[in-house]
Amino acid sequence: MVIDLVFFTSVAILMISAMGVITSNNPVHSALFLVSCFFQSSVLWLLLEAEFLAIALIVIYVGAVMVLFLYVVMMLDIRKNEHKQSVSSILPIGIGISILFIAELIFALSGTNVVQTRDTGVLSNPNNTEALGIELYTNYLVEFELASIILLLGIIAAISLTLHRRPGLKKQDISQQVSVSKKDRLKVVQVRSGEGA
Amino acid sequence: MSVNDYFIISIFLFAIAVAGIFINRKNLILILMCVELILLSVNFNFIAFSEIYQDFSGQIFVFFILTVAAAEAAIGLAILITLFRHKKSIYIDDLNELKG
Repeated sequence: MVIDLVFFTSVAILMISAMGVITSNNPVHSALFLVSCFFQSSVLWLLLEAEFLAIALIVIYVGAVMVLFLYVVMMLDIRKNEHKQSVSSILPIGIGISILFIAELIFALSGTNVVQTRDTGVLSNPNNTEALGIELYTNYLVEFELASIILLLGIIAAISLTLHRRPGLKKQDISQQVSVSKKDRLKVVQVRSGEGA
Repeated sequence: MSVNDYFIISIFLFAIAVAGIFINRKNLILILMCVELILLSVNFNFIAFSEIYQDFSGQIFVFFILTVAAAEAAIGLAILITLFRHKKSIYIDDLNELKG
């Protein structure tokens, strides 16, 4: 009973937030609605006993990705309510395509008979994190390492894309400093006597 | 609440996100947010099937999707910032360099 209440409340807030994400005029509001979506999803995942992923969703998405989004929205000078005028012309297409998707997926799901497998005890480990870790490090070790490479790639790509070299910047070039020789810097001139200022 | 309800959530979340891509097709940052919503809806399916088939593979897959999505968001936003620095705009209409 309580679980049902939590479930339906979370679903309702999730759907309202998702609608808020796509209809809001201000990107900051969209990002905050998206944060609300992630919180509600986390609650729903907790109800399915995926505790580690629920916490990971909050830590990764709310803690890192959405903060990144908010920073970017804050840094960019985005003019509100501009380029918004043609929504009414595109709205029927968007709604039509989403209804098509809903119909397709409901059709696909109604044809299949999804039967719950009997409890094999794999998921019934009370410590979801431990069970997930055992599975991850035994059967998915290569993929785990690949994920680390993907993250490294993300770091390198993000930094190299946004690293901004200003043209007129005065800064030290160490190798140029070290490799300089005496004749580059010192000019010996013969000053004849009597011709000085 | 049954596990099958999660498929319905997933379907509606996906449809809302796809509609959002069409509605906000001018604004690059909102398109990125809608892609995040799509990934979230896919994760719902994986976790529901993981529960139904009593198999951890679904949850492991969600773990990797979260990893890839984080990298994707970081790179996407980096591209967005670079774009904004060059064009002073993030609206699709202003990105017509290729005249396609």
